[in-house]
Amino acid sequence: MPHFYFDHNATTPVSPEVMETLVPCLAEVYGNPSSIHHFGQAAKQRLESARRQLAELLGAQPNEIVFTSGGTESDNLAILGIARNARGERKHAVTTVIEHPAVLGAFAQLEREGVEVTRVPVGGSGVVDAGDIRRALKPHTALVSVMHANNETGTVQPVAEIARIAHDGGALMHVDGVQAVGKIPVDAGTLGADLYTVSGHKLYAPKGVGALYVRKGTPLGSITFGGRHERERRPGTENIPGIVALGRAAEWMRENLTEEAARLGALRDRLECGILARVPASGVNGSVASRTPNTTNIHFDDIEGEALVIALDLRGFAVSTGAACSSGAVQPSHVLIAMGLSKERAKASIRFSLGRANDAAQVDALIEAVAASVEHLRRLSPVNTRLETVHV
Amino acid sequence: MSKRIAVAMSGGVDSSTVAAMLVKEGHEIIGLTMQLWNQRRLPQVATENATGRCCSLDDVYDARHVAEQLGISYYVVNFEDRFEKHVVKPFVEEYLAGRTPIPCTLCNNFIKFDQFLEMADGVGASKIATGHYARVTQDAATGRWHLRRGVDSGKDQTYFLFGLTQAQLSRTLFPLGGLNKPAVRELAQSLGVAVAAKPDSQEICFVPNGDYAAFIDAYFAEQGIAREATHGEIVTAGGRIVGEHSGVHRFTVGQRKGIGIAAAEPLYVIATDPATQRVVVGASEDLMLARLTARDVNWISWPGLPSIPARAEVKIRNRHVAAFATLYPAGENRVEVRFDEPQRAVTPGQAAVFYDGDLVLGGGWIE
Repeated sequence: MPHFYFDHNATTPVSPEVMETLVPCLAEVYGNPSSIHHFGQAAKQRLESARRQLAELLGAQPNEIVFTSGGTESDNLAILGIARNARGERKHAVTTVIEHPAVLGAFAQLEREGVEVTRVPVGGSGVVDAGDIRRALKPHTALVSVMHANNETGTVQPVAEIARIAHDGGALMHVDGVQAVGKIPVDAGTLGADLYTVSGHKLYAPKGVGALYVRKGTPLGSITFGGRHERERRPGTENIPGIVALGRAAEWMRENLTEEAARLGALRDRLECGILARVPASGVNGSVASRTPNTTNIHFDDIEGEALVIALDLRGFAVSTGAACSSGAVQPSHVLIAMGLSKERAKASIRFSLGRANDAAQVDALIEAVAASVEHLRRLSPVNTRLETVHV
Repeated sequence: MSKRIAVAMSGGVDSSTVAAMLVKEGHEIIGLTMQLWNQRRLPQVATENATGRCCSLDDVYDARHVAEQLGISYYVVNFEDRFEKHVVKPFVEEYLAGRTPIPCTLCNNFIKFDQFLEMADGVGASKIATGHYARVTQDAATGRWHLRRGVDSGKDQTYFLFGLTQAQLSRTLFPLGGLNKPAVRELAQSLGVAVAAKPDSQEICFVPNGDYAAFIDAYFAEQGIAREATHGEIVTAGGRIVGEHSGVHRFTVGQRKGIGIAAAEPLYVIATDPATQRVVVGASEDLMLARLTARDVNWISWPGLPSIPARAEVKIRNRHVAAFATLYPAGENRVEVRFDEPQRAVTPGQAAVFYDGDLVLGGGWIE
């Protein structure tokens, strides 16, 4: 049975052009970029070339890019590295309730370290109100952290406006851009963020590599300690093959983003319209006006999302109930709950996230599979009447 | 799709062997592990290195490993909400009501043969298979599904399965029912099942070290429910106060250890009364009872009492040797059991399960 992948917000496959760059690099570029000799220099050149490639995609300067092991590390470095480094009296930070666990977890750690954290709610659209951020600021707020695009709904947040508000209040601005880079245009200058998180494996590079954009002059402290790599912000011998892959992925995106985003947007709309037309009692969660072009999050009332994911997998379609990181958890999506969905509806929701390998034929087949699976699941003894029929 | 079988895989040797057997027989198998309880949830009783616990990360790892070996589709499904509602909460409430519950039966009734069956429907499986030591047969004449003891009398689990309905039995396979445990381990070895040598699970899966009183205390602490101080008197049948205790839920009928009173003769718990918080103790012979009433009786191999009265062997706890008794109707879905000989420690909250040899006739909850 062929399997089709509609879970690109969880991770992406390594693209052909990245493979072409990565595989020879693994074989040939084995020097330590800190070494003086020929081998070290070759590695260093590849490292800096990748830095330029990523900087160009983000509209940043190469010396503003810090390579890391991925999105989680970048988020932790930004949040902990700013807050711990903040001057004594700045002991407050602001974030939102819909952030990724990598951000929520870092803020929870800050609270344990004595920093006061305000978490701003969202409305039914899933979009943060910049005014709420303004009202959450305190004179001693050190950092504001808001995601650029939400991983579960694709909702795009007004981060440029929020960055202005943060700066007006004397705070620094971090943006978790893991789900935005490669899906919508990202320009560090326009956004005005001081720190911006990038993940390689959401961008057709392999797992284990990411980056943090750090605007020149931002007082970021290190959170791990060792050598003087990455301008003393991130010690450890650089993951050269991963970084080279991320650079190549960034280059491809810079050249193809506009076209690919338009193509995915059309496919996503085809999928969404097809499902809504075929499946009664279904609906899109969150704003349809402001979201990444590849993502839709749809509820199917009276079914368990988990059961639908399994049913679709057995038909050859990979989708998810939400963040891969929280799969298997008992709680429904914190993002959907924050948007005001009932627990039942949140658990009856599925995220479809498209990517480069998807085409119209796959989308049409997925619509059929969703319609058939939901109908099958709804025909089974429904959740709400089942328990009364059982004899103890 | 109709030939698919969903196997409930716990990561233990029994259910792993079931999956391997059915794959070898050529069925299309889907392995499902039910995530029922988070073992790290209650910090007071959490044990990182617990063995024989359900739903530990290690067990899921083992189940996944076996599924990978067998090349079958495999999923972990989260039933924690339902498990808490239908198993854990009633378990706690029963203890506080002075009874001794059987969570495994509730889990079978509400989770394994209900929610799991529905999940099987969802994946297009017409049958489910578990690693229970029991057998299902169908009566050729009446079409009625019969439940029979597993041939390994030491492992037989029919005592926990008395709540199964005809609809549930019609879709259930117990491939281990005709085997004894050593044979299952041998089979696991010969089929190359990764967990063939894993120790058997013990006790109640969600209660670490069998300390249910500590579990109940931790659960209440987590729920933020400040219970009234559970404190009461230990009395003799004649009403003489002989000591004090810190909660009736710490005692079960027939218990001898942990009463905390020195006496010339060994003392046993005869009864507990949550209303007065009294624990009644007495001598061994005070535990002997000749009759009991079972409520919410479910009939399996019999459609109901075949005659009034009717004869059966009755088991009143898992380790009890079934004793001959006469059954009388006692109202709707209630049966009065009169034993030929008095039985020791008839315990409210446990089950009375009726047998005819290896045939499970039905059963109910002891009042």
